[in-house]
Amino acid sequence: MVLIFAVGRLGGAPGGGPKLKVMAYLDHAATTPMLPAALDAYVAAAREVGNPSSLHAAGRGARRLVEESRERIAAALSARPSEVIFTGGGTESDNLAVKGIFWARRAAQPARARVVASAVEHHAVLDAVDWLGRQEGAAVASLPVDGAGRVAPETLAEMIDEYRDELAVISVQWANNEVGTVQPIAELARIAAEAGVPFHTDAVQAVGQIPVDFAASGVAALTVTGHKVGGPVGVGALLLGREVPCTPLLHGGGQERDVRSGTLDTPGVVAFATAVEAAVKTREEYATRLAALRDELVERVRAAVPDAIFNGSVADRLPGNAHFSFPGCEGDALLLLLDAQGVYCSTGSACSAGVAQPSHVLLAMGADDARSRSSLRFTLGHDSTTADVDALLAALPGAVERARRAGAWKTPR
Amino acid sequence: MSGGVDSAVAAARARDAGHDVTGVHLALARNPQTFRTGARGCCTLEDSRDARRAADVIGIPFYVWDMAEEFHDSVVDDFVNEYAAGRTPNPCLRCNEKIKFAAVLDRAVALGFDAVVTGHHARLGADGLLRRSVDLPKDQSYVLAVLTRSQLERAVFPLGDSTKEQVRAEAAERGLAVADKPDSHDICFISDGDTRGFLERRLGSAPGDIVDGRSGEKLGTHNGAYGFTIGQRKGLDLRVPAADGRPRYVLSITPVTNTVTVGPREDLEVDVVTAERPIWHEISSDVSCEVQLRAHGEVVAASVSVTEDGLTARLESPARGVAAGQAIVAYRPDPGGDIVLGSATITAGTRAPADVANA
Repeated sequence: MVLIFAVGRLGGAPGGGPKLKVMAYLDHAATTPMLPAALDAYVAAAREVGNPSSLHAAGRGARRLVEESRERIAAALSARPSEVIFTGGGTESDNLAVKGIFWARRAAQPARARVVASAVEHHAVLDAVDWLGRQEGAAVASLPVDGAGRVAPETLAEMIDEYRDELAVISVQWANNEVGTVQPIAELARIAAEAGVPFHTDAVQAVGQIPVDFAASGVAALTVTGHKVGGPVGVGALLLGREVPCTPLLHGGGQERDVRSGTLDTPGVVAFATAVEAAVKTREEYATRLAALRDELVERVRAAVPDAIFNGSVADRLPGNAHFSFPGCEGDALLLLLDAQGVYCSTGSACSAGVAQPSHVLLAMGADDARSRSSLRFTLGHDSTTADVDALLAALPGAVERARRAGAWKTPR
Repeated sequence: MSGGVDSAVAAARARDAGHDVTGVHLALARNPQTFRTGARGCCTLEDSRDARRAADVIGIPFYVWDMAEEFHDSVVDDFVNEYAAGRTPNPCLRCNEKIKFAAVLDRAVALGFDAVVTGHHARLGADGLLRRSVDLPKDQSYVLAVLTRSQLERAVFPLGDSTKEQVRAEAAERGLAVADKPDSHDICFISDGDTRGFLERRLGSAPGDIVDGRSGEKLGTHNGAYGFTIGQRKGLDLRVPAADGRPRYVLSITPVTNTVTVGPREDLEVDVVTAERPIWHEISSDVSCEVQLRAHGEVVAASVSVTEDGLTARLESPARGVAAGQAIVAYRPDPGGDIVLGSATITAGTRAPADVANA
């Protein structure tokens, strides 16, 4: 026999709401709409022919666009242009930093075979570290976090004392993608630098939200990506200090300081630079507006669902992030019900074959399995308004009530 | 939506009928990599992708629901335990009873949905009667007969009036890529199709004797009585040939002594079947009807009487290969599709004393 399914509702939308949907996009941390200026820049550059590595005038034209973009990104993030390595996005930058620096450091000093990463890293770092452990014989150490998801600098200091001469690379994200907790990066980077260990940070969620200054932070490598700042998907960069050794993942034409071969995506790079520049330039005003809107969202969610648990830090937090656990609910049930009402959010956790796994971030913060599974992430962006919060609050109480009823069948197990 | 052609067309028809339809694929493996791979299955990542693409084409929302724990507890463990007890379970039936029309239905109703639509080949009309599909070789009413009245009230089977061929043609017309996807036949949670190997891994090797049902003579050994099913002929690996040279069949399995009893084909014949846990839709508790004793098995005329705890069927002609654990499903022949009167779980098949005397 065949297995099955379509769950039907005989007429009407779930929740009995109106058929006409008000769309509220509350998933900007997943991807945020392209800024009009970035889209225009992309289209303009995509009309031109020219490989930046070609020596003729068309190639030089493309190269000029790439190099100008490199300079704009460097200026926006306080790096030197030569420190900007364009990549295919956040996952590639994270893999390049973690694996590349590990390989280069171990090749120079075989005793340096230990990788340290925080317990709340994105899977692009976590799984790269895990792979180094399984396939490359790396020793792996995980930095624990507190209940708000924060790495304490003294924890890193203790770990460095313990493993000093074994350390190849340390990676701690600037801000968490699920609960929005901002790490004390400058302090962590200083401790690592004092011990002479390259420190990488995944700043994908931080750029454009909070101040990110590559030079002042003291980090050796920093990941940034286009589609979280209003640029296109599929382009990003690794800011990599000149003196930081890094073995390439990709071999070929020797582009990008020989660290990242592959023809440069000129329109993508131009649009990415346009977005980073705009996001950094407007950041302060943007963050103030977003934090106020986020606080309104949090306050209204708490009023509507008094037992909702607010996850993460209150003070050290991304301005656009709100993250809750709704006791008695399955996050994926809530997501389905809100989706049906045109409210788009995330369970915030990694998916495996479309099945939500309990969030490793919340588990690392000490939450139990039920609390991890009952969570939802709402993230705001440059086009978010009070109307989005209104739409969420119109749908949320009914969704929570339904999801609680639906959760009841699972409770006895 | 399993990722197969039937559920995809069922979903499309439900949508065409004006319902607000949401596609759901069930993740049933604790580790998605451990279940069957390739295009034959219904529980793999590839099947999940096929289901998602079908939902896209139909234009309905799509989600994956994690039912791995429920499936493992209600279906996989039950499957192993039943074999360990010398019975022959039907996991598809159990999945309908415990997962699709229980765990999934309950969750769906709580979330505000009205019904579960599936691609089963069976008819369920406005009269509320469950009937065989027009496509008799593909009919799945046998594995749905376990559903109670209240479960059936929340079930929709849009494919019962179509043949499988028609369903495939319609899928192709609708641009569904799964139109020519092969049917799944095997048990979805046994990736290599080796049921005996699966049970041996779960239950361990348990060598015992294979004995002759008439003489009691030991004919050989086996590695676990759970590896056998009543009526089974192949795989006995007997060194001692039968006196008359005729093939021998598994007649019974006795877990207590770990014995498999074999004998000639006629000794398989039974004409009284007893069963437990009846689900009965018919008003009368004593009926003349037809009974089916295994999936896609032959149909036999019988007198059936039902009590609260059990069912007894007196067969008008003997049946062979009646295994405890399988379902007995009672049908009333009807030109509009044979009507399911009820079902129960077989506990035993026996020869009536008079028949034994005449044999």
